[in-house]
Amino acid sequence: MLANQIGYYSLIIGLLCSLYLCGVSIKDFKNKNININPSIITLSFLQLTFVIVSFLSLIFSFIESDFSNETVFNNSHTTKPLFYKISGTWGNHEGSLLLWLLVLTLFIFLFLIKSREQPKKYRILTLLFQQLIIIGFLLFVLMTSNPFNYLFPIPVEGLGLNPILQDPALAIHPPLLYLGYVGSSIIFSASLAAVAQNYISKAWGQHIKKWVLISWIFLTIGIMLGSIWAYYELGWGGFWFWDPVENVSLMPWLTLTALLHCILVLGKRGALTSWVVILSITTFTLSMCGTFLVRSGILNSVHTFANDPARGIFILIFLFILIFLSLGVFFFFHKENNKSTNNFFWLSKESSILVNNWFMMYFLSVILIGTVYPIFLDVISAEKISVGPPFYQKLITPFLVPFLLFMALGPKIKWIKSKIENKSSLIIFVIISVILSFFILKNVTTDLLFYTILISAAFFLLFTTSRELFFKKFNNISQAIAHFGFSLFILSILFNSILSSEIITNIKVGETYNYTEGKIFFEKIEEKNKSNFNSIIGHFKITNDEGKVIKLNPEIRVYNQPIIITSEADIKTTLLEDRFLVMNIVKGNKYFNIRYQVKPFMLWIWISVLIISLGGLMSLRKKKYEK
Amino acid sequence: MYGKKVKLRFLFLVLILFSVILSVFLILQSLKNNVVYFQSPSEIKSLVEINKKKIRVGGMVKKKSVSINSEEINFVITDFKNEINVTFSGAVPNLFAEGKGVVAEGFLKDRNYLLATKILAKHDENYMPPEVKEALGVK
Repeated sequence: MLANQIGYYSLIIGLLCSLYLCGVSIKDFKNKNININPSIITLSFLQLTFVIVSFLSLIFSFIESDFSNETVFNNSHTTKPLFYKISGTWGNHEGSLLLWLLVLTLFIFLFLIKSREQPKKYRILTLLFQQLIIIGFLLFVLMTSNPFNYLFPIPVEGLGLNPILQDPALAIHPPLLYLGYVGSSIIFSASLAAVAQNYISKAWGQHIKKWVLISWIFLTIGIMLGSIWAYYELGWGGFWFWDPVENVSLMPWLTLTALLHCILVLGKRGALTSWVVILSITTFTLSMCGTFLVRSGILNSVHTFANDPARGIFILIFLFILIFLSLGVFFFFHKENNKSTNNFFWLSKESSILVNNWFMMYFLSVILIGTVYPIFLDVISAEKISVGPPFYQKLITPFLVPFLLFMALGPKIKWIKSKIENKSSLIIFVIISVILSFFILKNVTTDLLFYTILISAAFFLLFTTSRELFFKKFNNISQAIAHFGFSLFILSILFNSILSSEIITNIKVGETYNYTEGKIFFEKIEEKNKSNFNSIIGHFKITNDEGKVIKLNPEIRVYNQPIIITSEADIKTTLLEDRFLVMNIVKGNKYFNIRYQVKPFMLWIWISVLIISLGGLMSLRKKKYEK
Repeated sequence: MYGKKVKLRFLFLVLILFSVILSVFLILQSLKNNVVYFQSPSEIKSLVEINKKKIRVGGMVKKKSVSINSEEINFVITDFKNEINVTFSGAVPNLFAEGKGVVAEGFLKDRNYLLATKILAKHDENYMPPEVKEALGVK
């Protein structure tokens, strides 16, 4: 009850802080002082504190199961374990927007205290742009999705959290993803401020780089966690489905990755200024578009909570304001800096980074069209279509070959003008890669030529980056680690998809299913009662071709509030492969529907993503610019 | 006549233009081959000819129509006007049940029979795919 009031009024004070901050900032902007008015930082801190208080009071209401709060009533239940009561705070529309606000205010505060050496006017403008976004979201929360709505009479029991969200990976996936997704807002604000101040320069590039890196690292890990969750919770045995919701998280990642590379050029050579600004604007716009598509209910998914058209319209209007504002700033203020030497030789680090960007833009447009086209077609012709994984695979995989080769060669090229060195060792690597992949793939795939080329390219990148890592002096370790991780990533995905095997069958208790390489014995089922669900655990013994027996115990959970059945896959993970077994039940039948998969190198997909993020982390720590 | 710089710029532009056109062409081409259309049982009944392409059929699982043996699941999808028989051998989502909404993806054998390759998962018991809603005329 009290927590409710505190939370609500904290948000309103947060909004007042925003307005007051804008006033103070504008006044300070005109002031001739060299330093920023210290009260601005205090105010920003105050605002952050109030948003935190509001967030904590919502968490408190969830822990206390205070059903006088509508959000708690809709998404919680007394029998839910404490951990999921807390994580349920951001497992719904209202709470997740509060988290969004928290990240927005956190980033601007951190930005203010970490940018003391930057020009005053630039800092103030960044603050103003960021405050504009904050005000927009505060209004959005207060007007359309207030997390502190009061319910009377107070219900005795809540409706419960969607059980498939009651999962450890999903408890940390939203906060991490948000740090990346919303973190890009600061890049957006800062780049607009820099354009308005004509401050897009080497110094700015070096300063904004760490913010780009932070967003990028969190976004990478956040997407990975979502993907891990989908792998073991949705029971399909895959980790990426090219679902629109996944795509909208991947699109900002692609532009952010492109930006990450461009920032290097800007920071080192002062070139590509317009492109950097465009990418900064695009990244945040794509994040916002993603939010719009998901939250308006246009794309249906587990991320779509209760639909309310008003929310969609609000975000859409806000989105348009931001886009027009940023384009306006860009066209009116942006001046191409002609002083710096913009020209570079075709064989140079700059042009190789541009090549990276071309690929990123191509991948982006494929995903964008695949995601938006069905929506577009539905609106103009009411025809319902869906674009499946083959579309993306067909358009993206062939282009991975040149992409991987450029990733291997690009970093070896020097700034401004260069020649290719160490030709002989590169040629040896090519030959080894081709031979290696040919012999690995000889007996397993039907499309030998294509996969040999693709996997050779990945091996080639693996070899060149590992040589850099192990045998050379560490001139650019972060890049080598990240690219090494990417080659590992592609290799794991490819081997995983080529070598995976799957068995799907319907089976009764006590039956044995024989297949070419072994057999599956369904021993028994066992029932257990937990606080908020009953579980049916299946005991399976699987004998593989070597006669080795493994036991797998997949589970079916029947949650009581809301009544939903979920399947918990049982996965035995080893360094080489995952064994995945999931069972489903069809009401009123003795048959259980099981799916057994052997998925090689599954663990390496996650490890390689972590290695890629580690590359980003190393780059963040590095003080000086590499050669 | 023109400086080296201009020529280089021009070459650069042509290259960009070329790659943009190429990628747009590729994307559209691939889109044409890979989209899956959604149809209701009534729409299928009125088809003039049966397409060999993959389609999605949505509606309700007819009550008392599900039968399971060790290889496959058979059931009937209805939009309360027309019906279609579906055979599927694979994993069904947990929320698959009689009297609930369903989307089946697969190939039409004739106007009354779909060989499904995928039954789509839904996220909770109240959620109904928008296609199904429309096919059933629910607002």
